[in-house]
Amino acid sequence: MSAAPQKVRAGAEKIDVTISAVTPLNELVTRFEFARSDGEPFPPFSPGAHTIVELNDGGRTRLNPYSLMSDPSDLSTYAISVRRDDHGRGGSLFLHRNVSVGDELTITYPVNLFPLDLRGKKHLFLAGGIGITPFMAMIAHLERMGGAWELHYSCRSRALGSYADELKKRYPSKVQVYFDDQAQSIALENLLNGQPLGTHVYVCGPKGMIDWVHSMTASHGWPEENVHSEEFLAPQPGKPFEVWLCKSDMLIQVGENESLLEAMERSGVDAPFLCRGGACGQCETNVIESEGEFLHRDHWLDDDEHANGKKIMPCVSRFVGKSLILDR
Amino acid sequence: MTIQFNKESFRGDYTFHNSDWAIQRFPFPFHEDSYMYSVNMEQHRGGPEGSVYEKRFDVDEHYVSEMHDRALVLAEDPLRCQSLPHMTLAGWDLLELIMVAKSEDYPELFELHRNGDTWRWVNKPMEIDDTFTFLDETTLPYGPMEYITRQAQGDWCVLDQRDDMLWMDAGMVTTQADWSLDFDIGMNFFEWHAPVPLAHEMGIFKRALKFLLNIQQGAPARRLNWTMTVNPLLDTSPENYHKWGVQKTTLTPKNIGAKQHLRVELQTFFRLPRSNALVFPIRCYLIAFQDLVTIPKWGRRLHRVIRDLPDELATYKGFIANRPMMLDYLSRYDDGLATSPGVWPDLEIEPELQK
Ligand code: HEM
Repeated sequence: MSAAPQKVRAGAEKIDVTISAVTPLNELVTRFEFARSDGEPFPPFSPGAHTIVELNDGGRTRLNPYSLMSDPSDLSTYAISVRRDDHGRGGSLFLHRNVSVGDELTITYPVNLFPLDLRGKKHLFLAGGIGITPFMAMIAHLERMGGAWELHYSCRSRALGSYADELKKRYPSKVQVYFDDQAQSIALENLLNGQPLGTHVYVCGPKGMIDWVHSMTASHGWPEENVHSEEFLAPQPGKPFEVWLCKSDMLIQVGENESLLEAMERSGVDAPFLCRGGACGQCETNVIESEGEFLHRDHWLDDDEHANGKKIMPCVSRFVGKSLILDR
Repeated sequence: MTIQFNKESFRGDYTFHNSDWAIQRFPFPFHEDSYMYSVNMEQHRGGPEGSVYEKRFDVDEHYVSEMHDRALVLAEDPLRCQSLPHMTLAGWDLLELIMVAKSEDYPELFELHRNGDTWRWVNKPMEIDDTFTFLDETTLPYGPMEYITRQAQGDWCVLDQRDDMLWMDAGMVTTQADWSLDFDIGMNFFEWHAPVPLAHEMGIFKRALKFLLNIQQGAPARRLNWTMTVNPLLDTSPENYHKWGVQKTTLTPKNIGAKQHLRVELQTFFRLPRSNALVFPIRCYLIAFQDLVTIPKWGRRLHRVIRDLPDELATYKGFIANRPMMLDYLSRYDDGLATSPGVWPDLEIEPELQK
């Protein structure tokens, strides 16, 4: 049609925010609360949504996705909880060390890749560690709307169980917490067997836990559509490599502590993205030629696509080898 | 600008008419002299002042009469509006989106006063002034989607998004081009598009779905679709085909200019914030051939498009039988001169008809 052509920018719309509170929850996890810098209310969001926080780390832009964990009905605040990753590329460390009340940042509009299935008669939540965050918003929402839910939350230890006490206290009959250091674990098989028809299962936590829930539900005959998962993927550091971008006609270097997507952005290439965590599919890029090995880490491409080397998700995946040419 | 609302009908005596203002701002859908299906989506972030693309939900001179026509359709057939139980939250999202957009974009016509969950909604053209509790259905005369779409032009499909798929789980559909909500309710994107020719083979629906699944809050999109309608009928539904289908045979070389209408749908896509559902408003604009050809560029181009349209599309759109008569009429407005690119009338640069 082209009534009024506009160039589409990569990523979601943005909001300027000011840090309104920083609350350390335990040795590893800190909660950051935002208020809108223009004083307006935030847009409503659906529970399970994340936002991408833009950080200026010494002149270098870092874009990290975090689940919104505040009550979706409270439009004065958005909150995220961030686990410090001492071995990662530094985004979470930067937040923990350098960000304090009054600082101004930019975040994106909410994007939801882990929504509730609103047909669910009951919602069974399985959280591992920092995977608790999207469930905080889901619980607040279901409490308001009168939906049925139950949470099983597994943490390393009592000291590291973010929000565990608070949740247990508020909803004693709906929340069960398990501590690894006390050798407690979710009795998944029993739990699944006891669920009413029309229950939906949601799991958010480490990869092993997600795989476990998927294989257990599958072997118990649960329909795939009733099992939902979200894994927090952060790009991992790796050996530097070189890429030829043929549409942009340039050779770029991907450094040890940046992702391929970040390296493209640093070079001024407007590459598409949404989640930056290997889940949404927006940044999918065709490989023209390669000599070497792909380190695929996304959830988007299937096993065949991972094997045949024709596509890569530059937000989380890397490459080791002699040469890589991309259609970007 | 204040809008003068027409008093007009879309049935019976068909007093529907477009003012000069409405003709000039008509969303002419052809940006070149030929047409084929494509993934023709763009962002919906305003457009030229006064155009139908400017506001989130365009309000024009037909507003009050269209809403009256909708009420008549619903009185006869309540199944034109349906919402599966899990879609109520999306209905509230839609109510909020429309109320906020209308009151911000047309403050002289609509007002929204919010005090916590107590909302007061004032719709001056329809003489409505209601106070209700947001998210409490018992405080409105209808469900939230039905309440607000009885006050908003165009059809509304509300799609649930699950398992990387869109599902037609709610809607208000009374101004449709020959499809039925009651038939399509609960279907997925590929199922309800099954009757469309050629586009599946071209891979259009696969790419379109991928685009729609990724539409984000705050970043709506739009596209145009079009068909042909004899008489200015809003309700061309399969349910009432026995009433309007036969009218296609009443076309004569004498009455075609007045009776034959180009029907254009401005389709927009918005992500709904609380439910993560997608809403798909389909806003229908009608223009009589005799009004359309007053814009020389549009007369030239419509003739060429209709002449060269593949038979499959003319059949699907239901005008293959009348095409020869249409071409006889339209050819009088095509002098063979080149047309300027784009959809706009370009009255200053396009020459008068040289015939
Ligand atoms: C979720 C949003 C959408 C809904 C609810 C929707 C719904 C429909 C329906 C009900 C029909 C009539 C099918 C019939 O004959 O029964 C139709 C036709 C069609 N749709 Fe969609 N559609 C949507 C999005 C799109 C998009 C994004 C495209 C992009 C290419 C598209 C392309 C078409 C085409 C080409 C036709 C045939 C129209 C004609 O030739 O008159 N639709 N759609």
